Amino acid sequence: MSEADLTMEGHSAGLMVGPAFSIPTKKLAMWLFIIADTMTFAACLVAYGFLRNGTPDWPRPFHSITNVALMTFILLTSSLTMLLGLRSARAGDKAAAFRWTMITAAAGILFAFLHIREWLGLIDEGMTLFKNPWGTGLFGASFFSITGLHLTHVTGGIIALIVVGIRYKGGRYNADDIEILGLYWHFVDLVWMFVVPFVYLLNLAH
Amino acid sequence: MTTAPAQKSKSNGIGKDLAVYVCLLALAGLQFVIAYQKLDAEQMFWRMLIVAVVEAGLAMLFFMHLWTEKRGFMLFVIIFTVAVLLGMQYGWTDSFRMVTGAPFSK
Repeated sequence: MSEADLTMEGHSAGLMVGPAFSIPTKKLAMWLFIIADTMTFAACLVAYGFLRNGTPDWPRPFHSITNVALMTFILLTSSLTMLLGLRSARAGDKAAAFRWTMITAAAGILFAFLHIREWLGLIDEGMTLFKNPWGTGLFGASFFSITGLHLTHVTGGIIALIVVGIRYKGGRYNADDIEILGLYWHFVDLVWMFVVPFVYLLNLAH
Repeated sequence: MTTAPAQKSKSNGIGKDLAVYVCLLALAGLQFVIAYQKLDAEQMFWRMLIVAVVEAGLAMLFFMHLWTEKRGFMLFVIIFTVAVLLGMQYGWTDSFRMVTGAPFSK
């Protein structure tokens, strides 16, 4: 074997190395995005905790848990419907996969509707980004920032669910795309598991 | 693009997913129960944090199928994420200083 052949083989060997961790590149990219986004939410929650801990007149404005409990139930259930969609897609049942994906999107829309309704209620009570009738103005800033960031993710997820669902039905996407979208949707659910106790339940009026 | 681990998860049946879903609902409910207990904020925070971490672990391992991925990848995600999350906690002492020292000593 000549030196040129050896060099070529070396190059090819470098190019033929499999994807990192033996998982598909698109899925790895989604996981890396999720890790990065975890840092974003964690930074927001830590900053919120810092403010809450260091501010003596932190308000506790929430009187009812009904709305947030319902929102939690809807989001958790939407994770299950997402799994059912993936399961159908893997089984090759396109109609069922599309149906479950759209049901997940509908659950997301319902969640967003309840969230916005809650926001409007708080705004009606006089809460804005910079002031509220109960205590430090920092509460509004942190509440709207964290829940707003989460709501933005939910909205993006709803759009992605509809787009990917339609494209999957049309044959342009496959079950792997549903799985990758599912990772994102479960992550949105996972973040909510931290937002509820720290932003809502710790601020319940007793 | 389909991976062997993903295929493996397909064959597990819906029972496990339902069981995890019910566990998550129960844990979420537990957080609401904790919120109505007569506890100080610190005790409440730690209890809620533990429940939230368990919930997140279940969701990551089973809903996001991290459990069926390569062990090296699972360790990468967990170790990297936990390390950075722990690194973010450096500011708490200053937060307590604000309560016990200037300017919010009163």
